[in-house]
Amino acid sequence: MRANTLPKLLLSPSALLVLVCVYGYIMFTIYLSFTGSTLMPSYEWAGTASYSRLFGLQNWDVSIGNLAVFASLYIVIAIVLGLGFAILIDQQIQAEGAFRSIFLYPMALSFIVTGTAWKWLLDPGVGLEQTMHSLGWQSFAFGWIKDNDMAIYCVVIAAVWQTTGFVMALFLAGLRGVDQEQVKAARVDGARTWQIYTRVIVPQLGPVFVSAFVILAHMAIKSYDLVIALTNGGPGRSTWLPSVFMYQYTFTRNEMSVGAASAVLMLGAIALVVLPYLYSEMRKVKNG
Amino acid sequence: MASAQATSPQVFSAPVRGVDASRIGLYAVLVFLAVLFLLPIYVMVTNSFKPLDEIRSGHLMALPEAWTVQPWLEAWSTAQIGVQPTGLRPYFVNSFLLVVPAVIISTLIGALNGYILTQFKFRGANVLFAAMLFSVFIPFQIVLIPMAKTLGILGLAGTVKGLVFVNVVYGIGFTTLFFRNYYAAFPGELIRSARIDGAGFFGVLWRILLPSSAPIIVVTVIWQFTNIWNEFLFGASFSDYSSFPLTVALNNLVNSSTGVKEYNVHFAGAFIAAIPTLVVYLVSGKYFVRGLMAGSVKG
Amino acid sequence: MRKQVLALAIAGAFALPVSAQQSVEVLHWWTSGGEAAALNVLKGNLEKQGVKWNDMPVAGGGGEQAMTALRARVTAGNPPTAVQMLGFDILDWGKQGVVADLNSLAAKEGWDKTVPTALQKFSKYNGKWIAAPVNVHSTNWVWANKAVLEKAGIKSEPKNWDEFIGDMDKIQKAGFVALAHGGQPWQDATLFDGVVMSTGGIDFYRKALVDLDQKSLNSPTMVKVFSRMAQLRKYVDKDFSGRDWNLASAMVISGKAGFQMMGDWAKGEFLNAKKVPGTDFLCFRTPGTQGTVSFNSDQFVMFKVGADKQEAQLKLASAIMDPSFQSAFNVVKGSVPARTDVSDSAFDACGKKGMKDLAEANKNNTLVGSMAHGHAVPASIKNAFYDVITRHFNGQLDDTKAAAALAAAANN
Repeated sequence: MRANTLPKLLLSPSALLVLVCVYGYIMFTIYLSFTGSTLMPSYEWAGTASYSRLFGLQNWDVSIGNLAVFASLYIVIAIVLGLGFAILIDQQIQAEGAFRSIFLYPMALSFIVTGTAWKWLLDPGVGLEQTMHSLGWQSFAFGWIKDNDMAIYCVVIAAVWQTTGFVMALFLAGLRGVDQEQVKAARVDGARTWQIYTRVIVPQLGPVFVSAFVILAHMAIKSYDLVIALTNGGPGRSTWLPSVFMYQYTFTRNEMSVGAASAVLMLGAIALVVLPYLYSEMRKVKNG
Repeated sequence: MASAQATSPQVFSAPVRGVDASRIGLYAVLVFLAVLFLLPIYVMVTNSFKPLDEIRSGHLMALPEAWTVQPWLEAWSTAQIGVQPTGLRPYFVNSFLLVVPAVIISTLIGALNGYILTQFKFRGANVLFAAMLFSVFIPFQIVLIPMAKTLGILGLAGTVKGLVFVNVVYGIGFTTLFFRNYYAAFPGELIRSARIDGAGFFGVLWRILLPSSAPIIVVTVIWQFTNIWNEFLFGASFSDYSSFPLTVALNNLVNSSTGVKEYNVHFAGAFIAAIPTLVVYLVSGKYFVRGLMAGSVKG
Repeated sequence: MRKQVLALAIAGAFALPVSAQQSVEVLHWWTSGGEAAALNVLKGNLEKQGVKWNDMPVAGGGGEQAMTALRARVTAGNPPTAVQMLGFDILDWGKQGVVADLNSLAAKEGWDKTVPTALQKFSKYNGKWIAAPVNVHSTNWVWANKAVLEKAGIKSEPKNWDEFIGDMDKIQKAGFVALAHGGQPWQDATLFDGVVMSTGGIDFYRKALVDLDQKSLNSPTMVKVFSRMAQLRKYVDKDFSGRDWNLASAMVISGKAGFQMMGDWAKGEFLNAKKVPGTDFLCFRTPGTQGTVSFNSDQFVMFKVGADKQEAQLKLASAIMDPSFQSAFNVVKGSVPARTDVSDSAFDACGKKGMKDLAEANKNNTLVGSMAHGHAVPASIKNAFYDVITRHFNGQLDDTKAAAALAAAANN
């Protein structure tokens, strides 16, 4: 139905708020990245100095490298596990509700809680390693969180734990909406179970993969609280992610323009990754 | 389909015949995974019932030898959050005052936006929706300073209203997405016939769409409740001494820079702070999946 | 009807409150037992003067989160009345022009005469007092477990660096952890402060870490400093990474470790554990630094507030500088008063030593701001130094490269 003034009017507050409080602020940040802001915003133009400084910082290299490792592992593992859990739970099992709740509850916890609990578990002095030692298994070693190279994987573990249940719920819903006619037809054709999954069911879950990806990418960007609670960016600076970098340079190191530059680059990267999804969503409206 | 499918269609068309090896294997795997998933919360809860020296001398997986609820009592009402030893209790109120209105308002906005974007055509609708969608990716640190200025101009700085405003604004993206996908899959005939019967703009929304929106409302409420309840940065920056929420109080409890770290109290406090969201998830988990099934992710 | 209205109006006029309650809102991060209790003393003192204390605590990162919240508050136009702050942050905020002018109060109470000169640098901006210092911590201390030292055959406190290292060897051989340390950048930097002062003396410290003289930063002395840091690395236990400082103190308190190099806030941990200085634990200056004091000071910065809040704000500033409060607060906190005219009678042996060292250093101009704690260089350079120091301590840079990197970091 064609829109007259009423729908447009009712939509406009949201549109205005998003325009100002999201895109307006992004414009503000972009402008800041070309200034010499330190403690608070200053508005004098300083060219690309902040970007030059940014690219010369080892902390930025570490952050980007970690993001590549973290985001790819986190998204892939969460999707694989989420799909796996969903398939397992979908097998008409007893106590489905209980299992589902057990996998889903971590999502209810804040990053502070998750980080604190996992920090304990992964600490070799008081956590898993020490428990194994006191139970007799002396050679067990799990000191990743104190290791410069391995600590980032601890962040992956905690993040995967937190969101796999949610991805599982997405896939569970998707599985239950699968077209049963095709499944029956494949059965009649003599296909084995795993073939049915790979050839008939999983392909139908396309949109779920996309939704899961969006949600996971969004969480990967907002990972600041988790990293700080779990490792505080350490050992040293080895678990820095761009979200940590942005916060540190803007608020702790009083280099707001460098933080703004890092934010601009992050947003640009996100835009590139998410644009195809946005485009497909827009087209769906056209067709729907 | 707007109506949720309550039963799960089986992949295996053959009925389960008794207990066979694959079923045992299935349960074994599930139980193992469940144990892994419960590990962190098991650690938190068991250690919250131990006295401090037992935590120091024992290891974290052991059950308490000297059970004590003292840490819980402390976390609730006597732990040091600031100058006064008030525990977490007073800040629950602040969080509820923030979360309840924010969730209600952002859900309504999502429903309205979803309705308009799917049932009405106008120029720029697509771009607008894409713009709203992209807004979920904005890192909150960018927002901090400009939003502070905005709140100052609006006179909302340091108030619960201001916090509600901020959380509603940044919830627009996801709530609109949820409802818009849901309503996109809504059968058009119901709406057309309602219009023919004379239903106006709000008539269609109140009488046709919203009553059938229970599943997606559940999804939206769970998502928003969890995110806003657990939100820290805005809570610490846009509040003042009278309005700061539970997350800030919990952070003060757990992240003090000095003093003996009373882990048992920290764990009890973290759990107490998580109870509302845990309850929401546990009570409505079933409806959550139904809601997701009912078209929100089929996109 | 009109008579009733008149009667009500008259009654209402008498029932109106005479004046609104005075209040201050204080943003800080002292959220745990000892210090919160100490701050409560201030709250009580203010309440006696009719001023209500509105508490805005934001813990985390040693003030990081609080500083973030502060930016939002100032930008929104409703700053707290007073904010806890350290070192160069105070000057940075002074530059923003959002702080109050305490000169008249300072003149009336004679702060210029009683507050150590090196400290005043951070309490004033453009000659105006903007903050009231609460304490003076010093960072070049070593805390030792007496029993562990005795078991390792150490008879007296080490007087210089070589003795220090020798003692650590003895402790390690006796089966204890020689140096209890937490591998967090600021803790690594705290060690660094002490090593620089011990290796190059106070003039070198000033030239390199305050004046940022390139030749001093990238010098053989600095390389020696880093090689001594690498030496210290050998004496920490394998789980040092990321450990909180108070857990490292706990290692010394419980007898697992011999030494901890940490600021005097560590003393609070020992006192809380009912340990007695001289009997259970020893406190001495980092070997080679006796006679110099590297300090940091918590100050409450007063922000520009409306006229209705100014009187309460001044009362707060005055209450902070009150000698009896300075004594009561610092006895608990482990630091020493920010005024040199406070009696040391209430302090324990280590506190008395701290006050004596401070007065001496103030007199001899050997009192210098701690780099690790934001009192030598601004935040951006301090953090850049942290990067180098922590990378070196974690084995990612060798001594020579570290000195060069330090020099580069200063060239922001």
